[in-house]
Amino acid sequence: MIENLLFELEMAAPQVILGLVNGAFYALLSLGLAIIFGMLNVINFAHGAQFMMGAFVAWMLLAWAGIPYWGALVLAPLIVGAFGVVIERTMIARLYKLDHLYGLLLTFGLALIIEGVFRNGFGSSGLPYAPPAAFNALNIDIPIMFLPGYRVWVVIASFLVCLATWLVIEKTKIGAYLRAATERPELVQAFGVNVPRMMTLTYGAGVALAAFAGVLAAPIYSVNPAMGANFIITVFAVVVIGGMGSIMGSVVTGFGLGLIEGLARVVYPEASATVVFVIMAIVLLTRPAGLFGRG
Amino acid sequence: MADTTIDLGTTAAKHEEAGFLGFTRAQALAFGVLVAFVFISPFFLYPVFLMKILCFALFACAFNLLIGYVGLLSFGHAAFFGMGGYITAHTAKVWGLTPELAILAGGVVGSVLGLGIGWLAIRRSGIYFAMITLAMAQMVYFFCLQAPFTGGEDGIQQVPRGSLFGMVPLDRDFTLYWVVAFVFLAGFLLVHRVVHSPFGQVMKAVRENEPRATSLGYRTDDYKLMAFVLSAALSGVAGGTKALVFGIATLVDVNWTMSGEVVLMTLVGGLGTVFGPVVGAAVIVTMQNYLAEFGAWVTVIQGVIFVACVLAFRRGVVGEIGNLLKVKL
Amino acid sequence: MTMNRRTLLGAAAALPALGGLPFRSARAQAANTIRIGVLNDQSGTYRDLSGPGSTQAVELAVKESGITQRGVTVEVVQADHQNRPDVGSTVVRQWIDRDGIDVVVDVPTSSVALAVNTLVREKNKVFLNSGAATSDLTGAQCSPNTVHWTYDTYMLANSTGGAMVRAGGKSWFFITADYAFGHALERDTGNFVKAQGGEVLGAVRTPFPGTTDFSSYLQQAQRSRAQVIGLANAGGDTINSIKQAAEFRITRGGRVKLAGLLVFITDVNSLGLEVAQGLVLSETFYWDLNDKTRAFTQRLGAMPGNIKPSMVQAGCYGSVLHYLKAAGDMGVAAAKASGVEAVNRMKAMPTSDDAFGDGTIRADGRKIHPCYLFEVKAPSESRGAWDYYKLLGTTAGDQAFRPVADGGCALVRS
Repeated sequence: MIENLLFELEMAAPQVILGLVNGAFYALLSLGLAIIFGMLNVINFAHGAQFMMGAFVAWMLLAWAGIPYWGALVLAPLIVGAFGVVIERTMIARLYKLDHLYGLLLTFGLALIIEGVFRNGFGSSGLPYAPPAAFNALNIDIPIMFLPGYRVWVVIASFLVCLATWLVIEKTKIGAYLRAATERPELVQAFGVNVPRMMTLTYGAGVALAAFAGVLAAPIYSVNPAMGANFIITVFAVVVIGGMGSIMGSVVTGFGLGLIEGLARVVYPEASATVVFVIMAIVLLTRPAGLFGRG
Repeated sequence: MADTTIDLGTTAAKHEEAGFLGFTRAQALAFGVLVAFVFISPFFLYPVFLMKILCFALFACAFNLLIGYVGLLSFGHAAFFGMGGYITAHTAKVWGLTPELAILAGGVVGSVLGLGIGWLAIRRSGIYFAMITLAMAQMVYFFCLQAPFTGGEDGIQQVPRGSLFGMVPLDRDFTLYWVVAFVFLAGFLLVHRVVHSPFGQVMKAVRENEPRATSLGYRTDDYKLMAFVLSAALSGVAGGTKALVFGIATLVDVNWTMSGEVVLMTLVGGLGTVFGPVVGAAVIVTMQNYLAEFGAWVTVIQGVIFVACVLAFRRGVVGEIGNLLKVKL
Repeated sequence: MTMNRRTLLGAAAALPALGGLPFRSARAQAANTIRIGVLNDQSGTYRDLSGPGSTQAVELAVKESGITQRGVTVEVVQADHQNRPDVGSTVVRQWIDRDGIDVVVDVPTSSVALAVNTLVREKNKVFLNSGAATSDLTGAQCSPNTVHWTYDTYMLANSTGGAMVRAGGKSWFFITADYAFGHALERDTGNFVKAQGGEVLGAVRTPFPGTTDFSSYLQQAQRSRAQVIGLANAGGDTINSIKQAAEFRITRGGRVKLAGLLVFITDVNSLGLEVAQGLVLSETFYWDLNDKTRAFTQRLGAMPGNIKPSMVQAGCYGSVLHYLKAAGDMGVAAAKASGVEAVNRMKAMPTSDDAFGDGTIRADGRKIHPCYLFEVKAPSESRGAWDYYKLLGTTAGDQAFRPVADGGCALVRS
């Protein structure tokens, strides 16, 4: 009996950590979505494509400019974020006065364009990107499992970035403006804050978060044009479950669902992809506004 | 249902109710053109190509019923379209149902599926509604991939067209065309009829001002759900008809990209216009046909059209023409 | 009434669409012109292994067939089926009815291939499939108008499962994409493993699509202590499994081997040797296999995207070359008149080309040639770009494919 239980634990422990890795991506992506939605009232359908761009830019930096992983981790979000700023200025900004659904449609179209262009440029079967050897120092090599150091790093990095984002929004002056502008943009504008510029930067920041997640993912997952599309629907479900009311909410939900999914992979692998959607249905039935949502 | 519902804060012009089948004069004229096109075109263009357009046109009309008249953007309509296709294909091939019954079965299963998904999704509106329908449709996709009767990634192949009512064989494209044309026109008129019924007026009221409709004693959720189910049923019929035309039912029609495509068709034609979805479907299907010989840029061009429509011509083709002629089409 | 910018835009958007309208009028048919349509994926998952490269291979076959020197014109067109059966079937319909296409080539993606198979049979033309994996093309849905050239799932399972056990990989664990294709691959391979005296220790079913993280499945496989982990999946799933197997050092020490059941050289290229080394897989063509394949690759010249030909592209070359030989033999007019007759002539003649060597086509439409079991080289073993494989074993043509009686093909029952 006890042996059995120990065996179960032995099975479960690695899965908890692996689940957290997936949760890290969910958290980063849904955090970006939540920030953009909170400020711009736009659901960024291109989020998956921008995640993919992050991974590709990391590859380009390495292959074309010889800039290694660490440089990419900083540069790729900046580059893709700048791309986001351009998109916001030239396109999304024209839609603020319209129904929010147009934002969804526009970004859906953008996602198609970005994916198509990358497929034409780089083919569809993907590109190699090796994890930096430095992470081998973090490797956890114990009898019950081998955990690559890079995965540990993914969880740490993602957690730190989420925490930093939360601190900026909740504890700084910029964050205060941001929160105020989310609630009452006209009033904040009247106080002399440049709200349109804040919206632009917010979109850029949200996109940069997606690209950061993309760089983190490049050494683990296949770097191909469809890598974001695979993620984005699940992330939407995560966002519905968490409700987009709070920053903390989306982070907690992201990590939490990653964990649940990880455990499902051991207990009942066939259902591990659907578990998120089932949870979404249950949440909708009991708390339509989402776990952390308001109203 | 009281007649007082008609003026529920909607912008619907009163003269809309006048004329042939509830069409305005301009709409009646446009309808005449549409019918003439449906009857004349098969003598010049490929029947199979035209049937594909008609199936997608019906699908887009069904979708437009939700977005155009209830204001709900579903991003999961592929579930109903694709499932309708599978059911029709399966019942026609394995159970040996006649084509009209097989299509009906597709519609029925589509509506049942719509009831389930709609029941969940109408708890939220706007962007959430879109994301929930997307997620639920993804579940349907998983199901279709797994279920033994769908044939996995091979799909259901070699579906027989059968004989209408067991009597008229539909093997010739030209014969089948008239059946498809009938299904399309019936579906089109049904949508039109529903929109112009008292039920349709309440739907529009829900779109314009839901709290007000609620305050007047309408159970708005029931109306939304009914509209959703009707839309799902028609999507199922459209999918089923397409399965008969091509003799195949595959995963492509349940995939989320198909949901995006029907949004694109409706958007290009004109959201909330009567004829927009038909024109939009014709444009997009023709374009796919055209692009097939030009290779790799299909998704990019579709994306560019999406962006261009949203940014520069939100009314769509029909909406712009209507605006130019100052009529409602 | 004024034309504003928007309406102009709208009109401009609608104009090119008119060009795509398929009018019923058929093009006049020239009796000594053979028209070949290459239908494949130019924008999706299979672009790299088929795509424009297949067209290039077909053009080489046309050139080398010598048929053009005898006053026969051969036209090659290509189209993108976008992996959608309805698009593929509309294109082929128009090709045949309007453009007078005689031969449809390539067509990866099983659902599209089966749809085209039905259509070509209905119209009595010729279908030379290279890209699709489904063994139904020469089984339950076989057609007298179709030749299935390059590979199929049965053969892959046979070669990888059977030859691997003979090479010492006795115990297996499968990571299976949870849908019909994955299940079939797992079942077939498992049968070959057992037939050769190996054993299957277990399997884990991974949700499809939508699984990007395979690490927990890989660890379950590792815990089974199997010698071979069979990847009964395809495309991005396979790439992610292999990438993460390297990351988790599943194969370290060389005790455990990964066997990809549907992996192409383009996948290996995208993974890089560092990650893919040690992977075992089956193909029927490898550019660096022998002098003839190297010569073929040389003649093909630079490929789009700077890749080496895949077995699918080589199959397009081989099948078209053989068709043109048969057509030259029986007369172009006769070959154009009946697809069944043309395919029958192809079946009656032995095949010979630089990509696949000598072979035959069976009554059910199955092309017969040897199948090779390869292991991906370590970076240190590779002597240059695209030097990826070392040969582990060969399954002879008559052993590699499903026996003709087991397929349930109606053409051979009588």
